[in-house]
Amino acid sequence: MSGFGEAHLEDADETVRVRFVVNDRKVACEVAPRETLVDCLRNELELTGTHAGCEMGACGACLVQIDGRAVHSCLMLAVQADGARINTIEGLTENGAIADLQAEFHRRNALQCGFCTPGMLINAHELLSQMAQPSREQIRDALSGNYCRCTGYEAIVDAIDTVAKARSAGGTT
Amino acid sequence: MVTNLASRLVSRWDLEETAVKAKAFSYFRAATIDQALDAHARAGDDARFIAGGQSLVPALSLRLQAPRLLIDITHIGELRGVGREGGYLRIGALTRHCEMLSEPLIAEFAPLLHAAAPFVAHPAIRNRGTFGGSVALADPASEFPAMTLALDAEIEIAGPSGCRRVKADDFFIDLFETALQPGELITAVYVPLFKADQRFAFDELARRRGDYALVGCGMLGTFTGEHIDDIRISFFSVGNTPTRVRGAERALIGARLDAERIAAAQGALEGDLAPPESDEVPPAMRLHLARVLLGRLLGRLGEGA
Repeated sequence: MSGFGEAHLEDADETVRVRFVVNDRKVACEVAPRETLVDCLRNELELTGTHAGCEMGACGACLVQIDGRAVHSCLMLAVQADGARINTIEGLTENGAIADLQAEFHRRNALQCGFCTPGMLINAHELLSQMAQPSREQIRDALSGNYCRCTGYEAIVDAIDTVAKARSAGGTT
Repeated sequence: MVTNLASRLVSRWDLEETAVKAKAFSYFRAATIDQALDAHARAGDDARFIAGGQSLVPALSLRLQAPRLLIDITHIGELRGVGREGGYLRIGALTRHCEMLSEPLIAEFAPLLHAAAPFVAHPAIRNRGTFGGSVALADPASEFPAMTLALDAEIEIAGPSGCRRVKADDFFIDLFETALQPGELITAVYVPLFKADQRFAFDELARRRGDYALVGCGMLGTFTGEHIDDIRISFFSVGNTPTRVRGAERALIGARLDAERIAAAQGALEGDLAPPESDEVPPAMRLHLARVLLGRLLGRLGEGA
């Protein structure tokens, strides 16, 4: 983008064109500058697996991966993500990256209402990509920004712990 | 982080009355510092710079802030990078909190910041939030602003009238108020390189990991054996600004670090700190927690922490 022009001040109510790669597909859409990424994903791209919870970074339900790192999509404007690679829970499900985590969450009943689950899975995925064998304490610390209002944390920690051990042993769960 | 910032600033009643979508604004992605400063001036200073946005985006959503223009500075290369410059480590303003954990130069030359980083919010916030942004916001409950005081860091600022460096001691003025003038932005923070005769310690007391601390503290001491030549101690979550406790420092400088000196430093806190009235954490409780934390950290310093 070039320098600033007075015309920039006139486009507050206009939409601007943004392009990203979402779940390995190139996408372009028109967004208002004030639109958050979570609203863009859900409303423009109909990727409703990303959940809008508190919309101020407290609950973790809206986590997506931006350029490989877990990020709150409610704390980012869609225009800020212009040019980024985004993976949502749909993409990580399709490409099988978290299949073992999903299976273990299912097996252990690590979800009740399921609202927090996409964020939990994305956070767990990032944790296990950075730390092969986290302790239960480290798992809890990593999940400290993800709320489960069904309070099902014990089973969630169990599931992540089990997958970490299975991955380290070179097997599948 | 902001999470809590927002909930602290807006009562529950207000929240119910307030929209959770931002007021309309224009957006400009700056490629250089000059472009960003120029855009700010031409918007009549009714503009905000956005970096990680982990505090600003919720403030916009809650309409605590409603600028005409948002200037995205995250694509400005000049604001990136960590490197040695003379006796300092220059930490670019856009250095993310997660990089404070992973960058080897920070672990080696600014280990107090490395030790504080895991306490900053939650992992996903650390992936986006920036060091410069945290210092610029100057949340009195944040870890990094307080640590710039303990480190005797200098803050590099670019603005319409040029570039200047401000000592951390002169930077924090009042609640969310700093030496930054409208239209100025932080470009980097300079931290004196950690030396072999120095020791540091950091910890905070919080109800849950990632929550704002009830009380937090970091310190950097220069020793000859067990003799304290110099020490800087900074608290956060104790008032309107991050706070150096000069009385406690004076009780320690020039002395041997022993139980008697630790008790003297703890005793001095009452004169150094004036915690605000709060239903949740009354001033006397916060002062007590500050004494406990100071004792623990000085104990660790004595063990060569």
